[in-house]
Amino acid sequence: MAYLEGTNLVAAYGVVPILHECSVEVEKGELAVIVGPNGAGKSTVMRVLLGMLEATAGEVKLDGQDISMLSTQERISQGLAFVPQNKNVFPSMTVEENLEMGGFLRLDDINKTIEEVYSLFPILYEKRKQLAEELSGGQRQQVAFGRAMMTQPSVMLLDEPTAGVSPIVMDEIFSNILDVRNAGMAVLMVEQNAQQALNIADKGYVLVSGRNEHTGTGSELINDPEVRKKFLGG
Amino acid sequence: MSDSIDIINAFALMTNFVILPALSYGSQLALGALAVTLVYSILRFSNFAQGDSMAFGTMIVILLTGFMIGKGWTITGIPTALLVIPIAVIGTSIYMLTMDRLVYRHYRRIKVKQNIVGITASIGVMFITGGIVRFILGASPQRFEDGERFIFSVREFKAFTGLEQGIALKTSQFLTITIAILLVAFLFYFLQKTKTGKAMRAYSDNTELALLSGIDPDKVVQITWLLVAALTTIAGALYGLDKGFAPQQYHLLLLPIFASVIVGGIGSPLGAIAGAFLVSFSEVLLTYAYKKFLIYLLPLSMHPNSLVQLIGTEYKYAISFVILVTVLLIRPTGLLKGKVIDGD
Ligand SMILES: Nc1ncnc2c1ncn2[C@@H]1O[C@H](COP(=O)(O)OP(=O)(O)O)[C@@H](O)[C@H]1O
Ligand SMILES: [Mg+2]
Repeated sequence: MAYLEGTNLVAAYGVVPILHECSVEVEKGELAVIVGPNGAGKSTVMRVLLGMLEATAGEVKLDGQDISMLSTQERISQGLAFVPQNKNVFPSMTVEENLEMGGFLRLDDINKTIEEVYSLFPILYEKRKQLAEELSGGQRQQVAFGRAMMTQPSVMLLDEPTAGVSPIVMDEIFSNILDVRNAGMAVLMVEQNAQQALNIADKGYVLVSGRNEHTGTGSELINDPEVRKKFLGG
Repeated sequence: MSDSIDIINAFALMTNFVILPALSYGSQLALGALAVTLVYSILRFSNFAQGDSMAFGTMIVILLTGFMIGKGWTITGIPTALLVIPIAVIGTSIYMLTMDRLVYRHYRRIKVKQNIVGITASIGVMFITGGIVRFILGASPQRFEDGERFIFSVREFKAFTGLEQGIALKTSQFLTITIAILLVAFLFYFLQKTKTGKAMRAYSDNTELALLSGIDPDKVVQITWLLVAALTTIAGALYGLDKGFAPQQYHLLLLPIFASVIVGGIGSPLGAIAGAFLVSFSEVLLTYAYKKFLIYLLPLSMHPNSLVQLIGTEYKYAISFVILVTVLLIRPTGLLKGKVIDGD
């Protein structure tokens, strides 16, 4: 039994079915990666895990507890954090305010966590008084990541955290993700850069048309000839 | 009247008849425009009920003022209306929260075409609110100002300065400008510095991410209505102290208020304030009769015979309308680059 489990999830937007009994799970201290073609339903899985979209069947468990009935906010306060694929910062607020908002639910002193985020991303300290909309794509992704860190979550869900960033920043973000994983967090990430993501992943899911097509460790998937041919460009 | 050029008296004249009235009218518009801005930014619709809501808030002020005066509970020199504003704000808050529960919340949950749906709903609320006010107070104009009418009068000013042209500072003008400054300062402090204010901005900026950060949308909506009720009641009461109360007049205030919001750039609080003063000064400057002013400034041979009034006061609402249309045509984002109003 893993720390976060989505089991046989079925979901639809209106009458359009998107997920067909799709399952993902991630353990504490583990990085699981979901890859797959555009429109496969990767973001939808994230939304269902967070309760932003109601599943019509299947269940979501956190630490053995069924959380399927909880609202998004309740799941956040239970330790889930999410960096959405798009619109993942507050554009007309400063970097520092973005982080403060991330820690909105916390009643203790959040300044220490803000310091931690700054030491993880020194550039954000320099830019802390700037509006998020004035930052580069890579810096914005760092703000988004930092905001999610502010709740001190036990599970981090990341939807394409490296979209629109340079290869150098991508490596940086991946190394940050490995850091939080090594610190014991469960990390579930959707990635477009399948090859690089599977390289660092403990576990991978290939999702096609809302179904689990392949599942395995990162290296198993990379070395699977079928996966290579269809999803990793040969 | 002298026949030489007299700049000081010309300036005194302008101050008395243009600058002070436009500053206080602009302050009243600014408070109303800030209320519209808050509703637009956070609840995502253009609130057509703003003018009539100001009438509603003022109605409570008038009723309470009458009650207080009837009981003899007044303080010499201070308009009783000022004392009852806090209670009136509570009353207006309850009314707005009720309307939100009965009308707006339903459409907010449906989440389609929020602005166009909200506008339509608010037109309904506008008629209901206007109806309630007319039912309770009647449609005829009334004044509710008591206490000292002037901080200093024309006569006192003339005696003090020896100028031919006097300046009067009405209590209502003084109160309007002072209270508007304090209220705007409070609002900006609240939005910029407090945790709740920041949460409101976050909600306005990116609602989904606000929810993901644990911000409670219901609380944001409630606090928004409380702030809107305070701005609305105070704007209405100050306008009424200054110019008297008439339901129709308040209903028509919607036009200059929306002109202010859109000129400034919808969604931008600073823009709303700037827009309000642009509208108020345009209205007063264009409808003022410059004859006496020019007589002070021009040699005898050039003294005008006519009133030198650019536009009759009965057309003052047309000025807001022209400003509105011009801005929408030339720079739809407004002066301070707000959003473009759309149907969503
Ligand atoms: N809000 C929505 N309403 C309707 N359909 C949607 C919505 N979001 C996504 N979809 C559709 O659901 C499918 C899966 O989308 P998504 O989960 O975003 O895919 P992925 O993240 O794998 O690219 C796509 O066909 C997409 O067009
Ligand atoms: Mg996606």
